[in-house]
Parts: sequence; structure tokens; C-alpha cells
Amino acid sequence: MSLQPLDPRTAEIFPMAARHLLGDTQLRKNVRHATDVIQNKRRIVVDEMPDWQELRESGKRLREHTMQHLREYLEQFERNCTAAGGVVHWARDAAEARQIVVSLAKSAGAKEVIKIKSMTTEEIQLNPALAAAGIRPYETDLAELIIQLGHDQPSHIVVPALHKNRQQIREIFRREMNLPDLGPSPQDLADAARLFLREKFLTVPTAVSGANFLIAETGGVCVVESEGNGRMCLTLPDTLITIAGIDKVIPRYEDLGVLLQLLPRSATGERMNPYNSIWTGVHPGDGPKAFHVILMDNARTSILADAEGRQTLNCIRCGACQNACPVYRQTGGHAYGSVYAGPIGAILTPQLMQMEHAQSLPYASSLCGACYEVCPVKINIPEVLIHLRNKVVKEKSWADPEAIALKTVASIFRSERRFRAAQRLGRIAERPLVRKDGQGDGWISWLPGLLGGWTQVRDLQSMPKESFREWWEKRAETKGGSDV
Amino acid sequence: MSDARSEILARIARATSTGSPSSWEEIPRDYRQSSTASDRELVDLLTHRLHDYDAQVVEASSSDAATAVAAMLKAREVSRIVIPPGLQSSLLPPGFNFIEDTGLSHAELNQCEGILTECTLAIAETGTIVLQNVPGQGRRAATLVPDYHLCIVDAAKIVATVPEAIERLNPTAHLATTFISGPSATADIEMTRIKGVHGPRFLDVVLLLE
Repeated sequence: MSLQPLDPRTAEIFPMAARHLLGDTQLRKNVRHATDVIQNKRRIVVDEMPDWQELRESGKRLREHTMQHLREYLEQFERNCTAAGGVVHWARDAAEARQIVVSLAKSAGAKEVIKIKSMTTEEIQLNPALAAAGIRPYETDLAELIIQLGHDQPSHIVVPALHKNRQQIREIFRREMNLPDLGPSPQDLADAARLFLREKFLTVPTAVSGANFLIAETGGVCVVESEGNGRMCLTLPDTLITIAGIDKVIPRYEDLGVLLQLLPRSATGERMNPYNSIWTGVHPGDGPKAFHVILMDNARTSILADAEGRQTLNCIRCGACQNACPVYRQTGGHAYGSVYAGPIGAILTPQLMQMEHAQSLPYASSLCGACYEVCPVKINIPEVLIHLRNKVVKEKSWADPEAIALKTVASIFRSERRFRAAQRLGRIAERPLVRKDGQGDGWISWLPGLLGGWTQVRDLQSMPKESFREWWEKRAETKGGSDV
Repeated sequence: MSDARSEILARIARATSTGSPSSWEEIPRDYRQSSTASDRELVDLLTHRLHDYDAQVVEASSSDAATAVAAMLKAREVSRIVIPPGLQSSLLPPGFNFIEDTGLSHAELNQCEGILTECTLAIAETGTIVLQNVPGQGRRAATLVPDYHLCIVDAAKIVATVPEAIERLNPTAHLATTFISGPSATADIEMTRIKGVHGPRFLDVVLLLE
């Protein structure tokens, strides 16, 4: 639990953060339970679709096509949204996006804003910026409300509070909503949230949302949600400010036919989530009188420029890769030091940081490929992870100790003489570190310096007294070189 | 210093200058676009899916629609019901307080117990009803703030799949559109689907056959 927003610039490196979180057995239990449940639900509703693989292929090609033509689709969206009464803004980075939201909210006279869950606003740390400007943000998604009232951080892109169980949530609500008699059932907790936010929905005149899809062909925006808090924010206030990464655009309305099948089944294991809202600019007599949409880059164009990394932008934020990932399922999301956790976070975060931070994340994976298998738009996450590992290594200087060590190893492997000498030397050097187990096998559980990276998470078996080669040669001598 | 818009568009142009252009029409679409299910099968599938979301479904003929509406409203014990402008009067039974939404305030909507609407279409496979801002369906807030939503679905408006629905909606894509799949729900607490958070906690459907 941390008051500080998750920031890859200041976060602990993944292996250290993970080590701390692995000690939290309650968190591990909660994460395992939640991801098990979603995965089972997802499997059932995916298995009932005879054309799931065809849908995935269409989704993938659709996203690839969109990225290749991103400029024309964004311009088309801007034209159509503007014609329908929306106001389009552009933001190069997080600071510019925050500044636009704050100044729009201020000119609407807002003292408070109601918010729909949006990972993009988490990415740019919008809430502290609003608060600093004297505007109080109210998170209205149940999970985000739990996070906000619990002074916590999101750990999953779809179910941000999945690391909390019902008792923990009950304690937060009891304390923060002043409800000493609150019951423990999920229904009690949801009812408490309904009462807590009802008046805000009916009275706060400014809302901030993210977006799932921006439809270039119509200038429309689509938001997918469950609770109805989204619809409240999208329809009751006078002013709506929507912030979306430039990667959220889709070419045509018809493309929803693919994406609205892939997203709900992958994200929450539902055939369709309870509510999808689609609106186009301003609808007189129905919803906000002023609609602003901010198209934000924030390093997405640098991802677009990298041919191998580009597929990262195809992501539609379903979170299926997080639920499937054996690493995420053990550590939970906070270890990733970013609002984007799990496999997608391991590739997205370092690229959003232009490889200057979060360099440990591409290594936070066993490359098992479970993420690729469940991805509804077939992002080859392991491929991108390897690509980014390569980038991390290349960016290190030639004097990097790991680079020198690997060059030395390469030189040893090239010569039989040097290889044998290294084996002999190794057997002598390891002696003080080896400890025998019950079976008489030797194990090393601590190695010095750089080599410690290996023994940090596993024991190393000691070297054998004799290599196969040595045994073979000795055998040949004693048997007189006869055939086997 | 250039403005944000031209700078971002220039960055995109540089980033995408090397790839080969493709046309939208070339995107493969080998998924199911439609279904061969009969009308009866569609009604049954939609009913099954709605039941999955804990919605109640009754079938009625056009001539006894109002009777079916009355039975549903009575069972749910709601009497103050919002109706959107343009709702067919043949759907309204006597004995209830129907309030036409001629720009009710948020607080006034919040005082109403239910909302009765028609719909543009329904998707059988996903148990979804689709509402647009047209006569008989009304503005979005009206189907959101009251705690109970009763929707009349004409069986002729049922399609099997999501792509069919999107194709039918395409000509009116500019209208404010809401897909509703069951009552408001959340799975944010231990992934347990809980009915009813902020939107209507109860959703029922009257299916009009003929």
C-alpha cells in the first residue's frame, strides 16, 4: 500500500519489489483467487465461440492497419468529432495532458469532478494534478473507489483492486464512509458504494473519462463498463472531458463488430459487459452540453516508430495477459512499479519511458507464451520482451561488467584448453561456497557480485567432480579403447 | 515551437513512413457475420442469455402487451414510471403513474421508480438490448437513474450476432447509443458478479411475438 502514485521513474526494480510482495501471503491469495475466477469465466465464453481464432486474426489485422494509417484516422476522427460539436485537443506528453484537463475543468468552474475508471488518467497521474489545482476528483468505479479511499494503487488494468478481498474492502469502507455496521458481503459493499456516490452523480457538473475506442468514421467515442457509473459520468454532467491515447482510434463503426466481441470475453469473461456507451460529439437534450476530447501521445509515437515494438500499441486493455501470467499471478501488479502491470506492462511501461526507466521489466517474464495465447489481438508479447531485452543490453556501455563477463565466457567456450582450465579453476573456486544436502549433493546458495543474480532466486548445484569428457577419456584408458 | 497537433502528426508521419500501406477492405473477416437460427431459436437464445443476467422475460402478443407490462410492474411493485416521448400508447396499462420525460431534472428522475422503453434491436448471443435516442427510447439518463428498467423487445428486432447488430446500427451510428446487457453489475470484489451498483438494479423484458 502506498500513497505515492506508481511511477516507473522512481519505482524499485522488479526483482526487489517482487521479493517484498511475495512475502504478503494475503495479497498472493487474493490475486490467485481473482485471476483463477476470471480465467475460468473467460475460458467458458471463449470456448463457446466457434470463430474465436478468426476474430483474433481480424482484430490483429485491424489494429495493424490502424497503426500504419494512424495519422489519417486521427485527422478523420478530429474532423467528425468537431463537426458533431466536440472539441478536440492534442497533448504531446503527460504534463500537457494534465494541464489541458485542469484548465478545462477550471474554466467549467469545477470544484469537484466525477471520474470513470481510466488507466490513461492513472498513467498521467491526473488526480494529484487536479487536487493541486483545488479540484477534488471522485473515482466512481467500485474498484477505483476502493483504491482511492484505501490510499492504494491499482494493480490490474481491468480490476484494479483485485489484490483486496472483501474483509479488507469492508474495513476501508467502514473507516472512510463512516459506516461502522457495514456488512461483509459483496452486495453490502456495492450497496454502500451506490449510496456514497449517488448524490455526487446527480449534482457534480463536470466529469472526466477515458475511452475504449475513438471511431474515425463517425467521430464517436465508445466506453465499455459494468456498473453504470460510466453512464452516470457520460450523461448527467454538463461538461465531459475525455482523455485517450492516440492508439485508441479505430477506422470504422463496423469495426466494433469485432472489438465488442473480443474485449468483453477477454476482459471479464462475459459475453457482453453490462453497458457500452457510444456518443458522437454533443447530443442536444441528451447528455453534456460541452464535450472535450484530448488526444495524447505521451511516447506512443516513439513506440510506433519501432517496427518490432509497434505491436504493443495494438493492445485493447483487456488484461487477459495479466490473468494468465505465472509471474503476475505470484507477485500481483504493484511489483511492476507502473499502472500497467503484467506482461503488457512489461512491454508497454519501458517503451512509454523511452527505455530510460523500468529496464528490469522486460526480464519479469519466463517467456512461457501464455500471454500471447490469450491476447485477443495476438500481440506477440514474448517476441517484444526479447526485443526490449536486446535494447536494454545494447544501451549498456562496452565497459558494463556483464558485457565484459560474457565476452570472457565467449572466449573460454571457443578454446578447449581454456574451457578445461576454467572447469578446474571453477571446482577450486566454488569449494568455500558449497554446502552438502542430505543426499550428499553439493549446492551453492550464494554467489558474489554479479553472479548473485542467479542465486538470488534459486540454488546452483556444485560442479561435478569429473566432467563427462574426463570420465569418457578415463573409461577409454581403462577399457583399452574397445568398442561399446 | 510548433503546436502539439502538428508535432504529433509529424511524429506519426515519420514513424509510419516505412511501412507498406494497406486498405481497410483487405482486413480478413472470416468470423461469423450472421446465423441461420430460426426466429424461435433466436427468441429462446435471447431469453436464455437474459436469464443468465438475472433479468426476467415474458412473452406476449402485440395485443396483450399492456397486460404483460402491468403484470411485470405489479410484480416489481413499481408505480411511478418514466416513459420516453413517443412510446406507443398501446403499451401502457391503466392504473399506473406514467410520467413522460419532458426534460425531467436529475432529482426528478431519481424520484421515479422505473422506466419503460422500447428498443432499436436485441442481440441474442450476448443477451444485449440496444437503445438509441429516438421516440420510444429517449435520452440516456432516463434509462439510467431509475432503479428498474422494463424493456419491450419486438421479436422482429432480434439479431443473432454482434456483427449483425453493428451492421444494422451503422446508418444511425451518429445517435447516442447504449448497449445494455443485464442489470448494472460489478465483479470488482473477488470477481463475484454482483447485481446492481449505479445503474438500474433490475431489468425485465417483455418479448413481443407477432
